[in-house]
Amino acid sequence: MDSLKLGITKRYGNKTVLHNLELDIRKGEFVTFLGPSGCGKSTALSIVAGLIAATEGEIRLNGTRVDHLPPEKRAFGMVFQNYALFPHMTVFDNVSFGLTLKPLSKDEIKKRTDAMLKLVQLTGYEERYPGQLSGGQQQRVAIARALVLHPRLMLFDEPLSNLDAKLRVEMRAEIKQIHAALGLTSIYVTHDQAEALSLSDRIVVLRNGILMQSGTPQEIHDRPKNVFVADFMGFRNFFKVRIASVSNGIAEGVGDGIRIRARAGADVRADVDMVMAIRPDDIRAGGEVVSGAEDVSGRVEVVEYLGREQEAAIRINDNTRVWLRTAEAIRTADTIGLQFPVDKVVLLPAE
Amino acid sequence: MRAVANDEKSEFDTLAFFCLLPSLLYVLCMFVYPFLYGVYLSLQPQKVGGFSFANYLTFFSDPYQYGTIWITFSLAIPTTIVVLLLALWLAYGMRRGIFMERTVTTILIMPISLGVILLSEGILGFYGSQGWFNQVLLGLGLIKEPFILTHNYAGVMLALFMQQFPFCFLMLLGYISGIDPSLERSARMLGATPSVVFRRVMLPLIAPGLAIAFALVFVMSFAVFPSAIMLGQPAGTTRTISIAAYQKAFEQYDMSAASAIAVVMGLCQLAALLVIILFRRRLSPAATMGVGKR
Repeated sequence: MDSLKLGITKRYGNKTVLHNLELDIRKGEFVTFLGPSGCGKSTALSIVAGLIAATEGEIRLNGTRVDHLPPEKRAFGMVFQNYALFPHMTVFDNVSFGLTLKPLSKDEIKKRTDAMLKLVQLTGYEERYPGQLSGGQQQRVAIARALVLHPRLMLFDEPLSNLDAKLRVEMRAEIKQIHAALGLTSIYVTHDQAEALSLSDRIVVLRNGILMQSGTPQEIHDRPKNVFVADFMGFRNFFKVRIASVSNGIAEGVGDGIRIRARAGADVRADVDMVMAIRPDDIRAGGEVVSGAEDVSGRVEVVEYLGREQEAAIRINDNTRVWLRTAEAIRTADTIGLQFPVDKVVLLPAE
Repeated sequence: MRAVANDEKSEFDTLAFFCLLPSLLYVLCMFVYPFLYGVYLSLQPQKVGGFSFANYLTFFSDPYQYGTIWITFSLAIPTTIVVLLLALWLAYGMRRGIFMERTVTTILIMPISLGVILLSEGILGFYGSQGWFNQVLLGLGLIKEPFILTHNYAGVMLALFMQQFPFCFLMLLGYISGIDPSLERSARMLGATPSVVFRRVMLPLIAPGLAIAFALVFVMSFAVFPSAIMLGQPAGTTRTISIAAYQKAFEQYDMSAASAIAVVMGLCQLAALLVIILFRRRLSPAATMGVGKR
């Protein structure tokens, strides 16, 4: 595969669940559809797979339209959230299922199946049934079953969300390794931002069927384009501000009892309402002085212990609370000074 | 720990026994006693004194009597197969829901609520040589002679089909819609056409349900009685084994011989069930693993 070009719309009745999602995927790329449940990410994946039909638009693979093809003719691999292994077949039969539908000799099928089982470290489990495997092993069988056919495109539909936290992190690394080792092109669907960040070359954030932002993990993480993406990527502090001044690429926003400065693009003008956002762990607490940081102070209302750090809610004034994450010791009812480093504050359009 | 648990289990649990008592009594009074009494009765012929197999010997030496076994099988087996295939076809087609599903399902299961007698009367009226079915076809000039669909083998088949189909359809629909839809999708993604999906993925998973449906439909069809009399030819082509037993009991007042026929009938049903179970085991040994439950 060299490229996949999407431009799809899906409507159920007069409810549009996917608004003209346009996307170009290059060979070898790992693209993730990220968003909360109901954002249309799984619908988009199913349309690419051919399991549901788009209402409008087309899908082109190397310039050739494939949207009219049934799923079995597209030669895409798919891994499902609930594994979807055939319960009446052994591991070997599950993995070789797709191969047996092709004109291949028994020896060839066995050779390729064995090699794939070795790749996913399941040699010795050939005669087991899916019901006798753990969740992680089942998901590895599901991945092997798709990969053994050398799919032109791999589709992952929240493959890790049924696994426990520890296994999820391990499998994540395995998927990334397999993707690189076999030179796959993959589309991955998840609601987990950590998963998206760690796996992807490119993340596509969706909300109510609308593309909110598309970019590299770094772009999405550091420079979200709107409040929704920022919120999804872990920004927890949002301040409605009016831009008081813009000079030397620094905008100063004035909000409810708060003054914050942020780096501003060329298009930012004074006297416009905007939103400024910062992550809890980017706020500096205590007396430490950072050049260009605005000081505010407030009273600690809640402290959540998170192990290495703690997250605290600090009341700045009647309407504003700031979430801070810090390794320093903080106690409820302390009064504390906060600084917002200018490079860490992002400037977003008002909703 | 394990040994302790086993010891506890092997002790007689008084409370459990008393909780079980009502159902135990019910099974004893309503099933075990009548069954054993029937077997006992069948071994005590009225004409000869003492215990003997005379009733069975008489039954199996008279073609008019033992012929009913063949007649009953020849009604029950084709009915069961037709019912099963049609119900499978329809239920498979409806597994992901269809337009106006509730209405369609209601119409399909309507015959259950009507009862055998009303249904048989209806079939007599509708499919009889003077019934609407033949009148319409004659009126349209499609046929010259009316189809003879009542008071023969076809009439009983028709009645059995209408009685058994709804049960079988509902049972299979429940079974098939319980199969995880992503299995089908994953098979398609692996290159399987819809017919391959049915043959290699769905059918083996439906097989246990089919076996149960076959067993139930067959047993019910084998015991056919009212429709065999009302829509069949109870003295000839549709003289089923239950009619033979009925005649012995209530026309010749020979309860003992009737019991013997009933026992033969029960053994035939049991034999068919055994064949089904063995066949199913061979067909899909892994289906006993359960459908995605483990």
